[in-house]
Amino acid sequence: MRIIIAASLIFLFWFVLSGHTELLMILLGIASTLLTAFLSRRMNVIDHESYPFHLGLRLLRYYVFLGKEILIANIDVVKRIIKPGSTISPQVFELPATQKTDLSKVIYANSITLTPGTVTLALEGEKVIVHALSKEGAMDLQTGRMAGKVPDPEEFH
Amino acid sequence: MIEILSWICLLLGGLLGIIGGIGLHRFPDFYTRLHAAGTTDTLCAALFLLGLGFQAGLTLASFKLFLIFAFIFLTSPTASHSLANAAMIGGLKPLLSDPEVLNPEEFDKS
Repeated sequence: MRIIIAASLIFLFWFVLSGHTELLMILLGIASTLLTAFLSRRMNVIDHESYPFHLGLRLLRYYVFLGKEILIANIDVVKRIIKPGSTISPQVFELPATQKTDLSKVIYANSITLTPGTVTLALEGEKVIVHALSKEGAMDLQTGRMAGKVPDPEEFH
Repeated sequence: MIEILSWICLLLGGLLGIIGGIGLHRFPDFYTRLHAAGTTDTLCAALFLLGLGFQAGLTLASFKLFLIFAFIFLTSPTASHSLANAAMIGGLKPLLSDPEVLNPEEFDKS
């Protein structure tokens, strides 16, 4: 099932990038799609981690939330850059990553990195080590506001 | 109208890129500079692509721009993380405002 969706997406991707509509070209596109799907199946890279369809809408909703966070954090970092004088208070601290699946942990760690002002230094087991540009940013992460929003379905281990 | 919106996005994106560059020079060490660079590869890139998308309208080109955005969105944190992780494993100590907060064995472990 997952391989069919993956193959359709790969073909769609090929079609959008090439823009060809002649029969020969489309047949060649289908051939390369099938080859790609076959190879990825052999390499075992089509699984719930590389194609997280099951997260679906939850992931989209989370990205809307993340987009807002990135906007706010960007404005904060820009303010710190252009204000004269000392505006930063760098911190390194540990955060619990209690998400049940590896995928959710990676989404969480990547979100921390994507938000300006905080970078994930390491993700080990149940905790992430984070470097933050300011005390405020560190405190905001420690409230666990972002961690609570990460989609984390239990049914996919 | 769309033209104006497009130019606002492009100019704001350019401004953010310049500010990110200033931050890159102004901040004191590797890790803090990484944060300044973070502003350029998120909002700055997004604004550029949005601005160009307004120029292109609802065409195949704007869909391609969206694809670029999606790939940046997924790959840029991975790149920043591997930079930061490599620096940490290499033993580069971050400059901290409260030096006693840092748990030193995290940095000596490897």
